Amino acid sequence: MSDIFDIYLLEAVLNGLLLGGLLALLSLGLNLVFGVIDVVWICYAELIMCGMYAVYYLYVQYHWPLALAMLAAIGVVALLGWLLHQFVIRPVLNAEPINQLLVTGGVLFFLQAAATLAFGIEFKNLGVSLPSVRLGEMSFSGARLVAFGTALAGVIALWLFLRKTYLGTAIRAISQDRAIMPLMGVNPARIFAITSALGGAFAGLAACLLVLQYDVHPAIGLSFGPITFLICVLGGLGNMLGGFVAAFVFAQFIAVGGFFFAVEWGYVIAFVFFIAVMFWRPRGILGK
Amino acid sequence: MLAVRNVTAGYGDFNALFDVTLDVRAGEAVAVIGPNGAGKTTLLRLISKLIQPRRGELTFDGASLAPVPAHAVVARGIAHVPENRRLFPRLTAEENLRMGAYTSRSEYAQRLEQVYALFPRLKERRAQAAGTLSGGEQQMCAIARALMSRPKLLLLDEPSAGLAPVVVQSIFELVRRICAEGYTVLIVEQNIRQVLKVVERAYLLEAGRIVRSGRAADLMAAPEIQKAYLGL
Repeated sequence: MSDIFDIYLLEAVLNGLLLGGLLALLSLGLNLVFGVIDVVWICYAELIMCGMYAVYYLYVQYHWPLALAMLAAIGVVALLGWLLHQFVIRPVLNAEPINQLLVTGGVLFFLQAAATLAFGIEFKNLGVSLPSVRLGEMSFSGARLVAFGTALAGVIALWLFLRKTYLGTAIRAISQDRAIMPLMGVNPARIFAITSALGGAFAGLAACLLVLQYDVHPAIGLSFGPITFLICVLGGLGNMLGGFVAAFVFAQFIAVGGFFFAVEWGYVIAFVFFIAVMFWRPRGILGK
Repeated sequence: MLAVRNVTAGYGDFNALFDVTLDVRAGEAVAVIGPNGAGKTTLLRLISKLIQPRRGELTFDGASLAPVPAHAVVARGIAHVPENRRLFPRLTAEENLRMGAYTSRSEYAQRLEQVYALFPRLKERRAQAAGTLSGGEQQMCAIARALMSRPKLLLLDEPSAGLAPVVVQSIFELVRRICAEGYTVLIVEQNIRQVLKVVERAYLLEAGRIVRSGRAADLMAAPEIQKAYLGL
């Protein structure tokens, strides 16, 4: 009896780990943009939604190979991130934070409405299902395993980029002292544009992984936008390591809480934990 | 090498510099001295194009700096050590140096070696976050960061500010060595007694105007400077 109990708990913990990887990837782009540009993209999940539609249309309607459709989708969302910065964020870069929130909030509803007009409200399914992987008595979703592996690779690639390259170092430096960047020969506007495209590319990557698991519809952003934002806040907005840790902590609450009670309770417990942390450490687990 | 001609500049409705004319020749060490609020920092920010001149001309190496945006000034050969050092506190000392070499990457390894030879202490502290260095080490790091681009002209803004007296001595010793290495230096300082021992020529800036200029030794001996600034 206790053997079976343990193996199901282990399965829940491991599934939580897999979910954590996906959530970590989701939070990465948003955190990167906030950490560097100091603006929260409230419409981040809607960029992901656009990426999911891009994969869907290229693969299902235009019969592109899936890998190529995904690469193109990453490019499309990177372009959207760049456009968002140039045409929406740049004019309000020095405005009050509340105005910045409101414009990106406006983009959220704009993208939702535009997607409804362009793609309709029905749920669209890629029709690809990856086989689940069995390990003894335990079973894991193939899509989640792929998402976990990709998320981990994405995190490591971004970390190496930020540590080892001139551009990556400049991206970290600009968040510490924007005003003196020109003295280093760095054009801050260019770094911001590149960071926005990079944040978009990560949203695109998340889209590729999500579209393997979920149907896409115009309001799908609402189902994981808030959770992405909460994870970033939980880890300390702009703190990528914090977001990474918070994603795994949060996912464990969902998975293990859902194991002991019902799945919905997992979310309830996770959000109670979030509120408790906000009282205890308002700037996030690893916030300064 | 650097020529500032009748420049007026400032912020918003406010002018901080009036009709300033100043020259720095290749190989020289020149100081701009004067009281707090005289416009010394503004002058260096103007040369780096962080602010634009309202009137007058700026030329460097015979070419006008007017069309050059701030982020392209380093590539022209001017490096600026800003007021209060302004290191990136959460980057390591060496990453700060890497930022200094942003426009001259191919020479990075070679420059790093030369700069570490000049500042052996920084080599020991290379992996430490810049924000955790001591005040003197931070100033060394800020100067080293500027030297990474192999500048033709080095602008130093109050390198002695906020440092303990014994550290001030070592920073001026360092400035002396940098001048001796053949760098052209324009230094802005309130610590007039010390800086006049290091440079060859100096300008006295008061309320945004150059009111006096000459050889450092002559300024040091001038009665009004002795009375107003040296407390003699």
